[in-house]
Amino acid sequence: MKSKLKPYIINTVAIIFTYVILILLMQTGIINSYYEGIVISIGINIILATSLNLATGYLGQLALGHAGFMAIGAYASAICTSMMNLPDLLQLIVSILIGGIFAGIFGILIGIPALRLKGDYLAIITLGFGEIIRVVILNMKITGGARGFRGILPLTSFNSVFWITVIIVLIIYTLINSRHGRAIISIREDEIASEAVGINTTYYKIFAFSLAAFFAGIGGGLYAHYYTVLDPASFGFMRSIEILIIVVLGGMGSLTGSIVAAIILTILPQLLLDFSDYRMLIYSILLIIMMIFRPQGLLGKTEFSLTKLFKITPNNKERSE
Amino acid sequence: MEGIIKFLQQLINGIHVGSIYALIALGYTMVYGIVQLINFAHGDIIMMGAFIAFISITVLKLPIILVILISVIFCMISGILIEKIAYKPLRNSPRISALITAIGVSLFLENLFMLIFTPNPKPFPNVLKVYQINIGNLQISNLTIITIVVSVILMIGLDFFVKHTKTGKAMRAVSEDQGAAQLMGINVNTTISVTFAIGSALGAIGGILYSIAYPVIDPFMGIMPGLKAFIAAVLGGIGIIPGAMLGGFIMGIAESFTKGYISSQLADAVVFGILILVLSIKPSGIFGKNIKEKV
Repeated sequence: MKSKLKPYIINTVAIIFTYVILILLMQTGIINSYYEGIVISIGINIILATSLNLATGYLGQLALGHAGFMAIGAYASAICTSMMNLPDLLQLIVSILIGGIFAGIFGILIGIPALRLKGDYLAIITLGFGEIIRVVILNMKITGGARGFRGILPLTSFNSVFWITVIIVLIIYTLINSRHGRAIISIREDEIASEAVGINTTYYKIFAFSLAAFFAGIGGGLYAHYYTVLDPASFGFMRSIEILIIVVLGGMGSLTGSIVAAIILTILPQLLLDFSDYRMLIYSILLIIMMIFRPQGLLGKTEFSLTKLFKITPNNKERSE
Repeated sequence: MEGIIKFLQQLINGIHVGSIYALIALGYTMVYGIVQLINFAHGDIIMMGAFIAFISITVLKLPIILVILISVIFCMISGILIEKIAYKPLRNSPRISALITAIGVSLFLENLFMLIFTPNPKPFPNVLKVYQINIGNLQISNLTIITIVVSVILMIGLDFFVKHTKTGKAMRAVSEDQGAAQLMGINVNTTISVTFAIGSALGAIGGILYSIAYPVIDPFMGIMPGLKAFIAAVLGGIGIIPGAMLGGFIMGIAESFTKGYISSQLADAVVFGILILVLSIKPSGIFGKNIKEKV
């Protein structure tokens, strides 16, 4: 038992270490408020990418409407905040949970018809739903329409984003390594075979898809309370594509890959700011080159593991995995 | 009587836009049929076609026939080059990687043209004298007639090409079974290049017709018509040429009726709604073949 605890301890220490380092850098002013903004965006992008990875990487269903769920979460939580008046942290948690639940419900509603389709058809139907969500938000009164939703309380801070990201990645990680997670992965590998061994494929597909939507909604809620202004145009088709690029670049079916790619792809445009005009040009060329030379993404399907790095394996059986 | 006139007017507008969507959708569907790739860069081929036409009219001051020719040839070459450089190395990779590459190419072209031409929208010059033809109370512009006639001729030409020429036969063979086609002595690479060239040529003409109908061009103009044309292709059953034509017309007419009767803001939502409805009832599109899955 003791040796099984070790990986947990190492990872917990690593998380706390990262947190302390970031906090120290912020206290000393090396990370100024501009860089802090980038760190927060990285956190939000990690949430969005890992949740999409659940649907696209592990479940194997190409979804192009993730920005739609993010938009639902963002608007629902923003409206929730504007109606309630709780202490800051509690308010943020309640709001993003409500945002997540709304997005999750829409995930179920959209998942039931959409997940009957496969491959490119599924991609295109989710794209369609994403666009419909955007157009409906654009035409609703409560969301402020094309003028956008303004005056959201700035409740998102580095602390909340960091810990919520850690919790979400942890939930997805434990899910993937559980019985349910293996059922989800088996659908990716062979849907008919997994149905034949008694897995309720419809249930697991909708479960994973709506869970991904739920987390995307939470990501959207954090986004809303950080930027304080929501514009329907920022939840278009291109936003979904951006999230998908993070997932594919990191490696479909690798949570650590998504995290690494989210960090790189959030920082990269900032680094390229010096080239301003050529920024997107360089970005697109890097994307093409990356895909040509490493189509499976940075990490493929493997996970980067600190335990493996330190060569501390609980027992030989797990090493062979 | 008023109601009928309005109905017919909207129908004609719908066929006008729909025939442009159909032309663009053909490019998507042919490429998909042959390499199973959603060629996201196709929307930018439309934009390139429009911009090349724009330069040849304003700077080079060429006659319209030459303008179309230059634009078509330019787009054909770029279509072939895009396939050779970006898609060919990924032919045996996971399809999603190819999809991301296509998105990368699309971003690249948009930003390249933004650097060259600045992001500001430019007015597309009048190449045709637009006048209205009155049939009773019905008004039809000559532009509408030209667009529909050109599109229909091109579609019939394409249909003939695919069905009755040797290259067309090769295209159908490759799309059915690439390996078997290669064994029969078909040059797969050439066939794929030809497909990209034809698709891009149709896209260029579609782009020119689109920018004559909506005479403002900018580097991002290809995204929306590209997306709608792609949906048209899926609607008709992707990979099937008559399906793309039908899908294009359905999209155009649905959009025009929504704009005319409900609200122009909701037009996009209705268009996507139709897509979802059709796919829910018939998951492989209107003309889609139902392929049974073997275990």
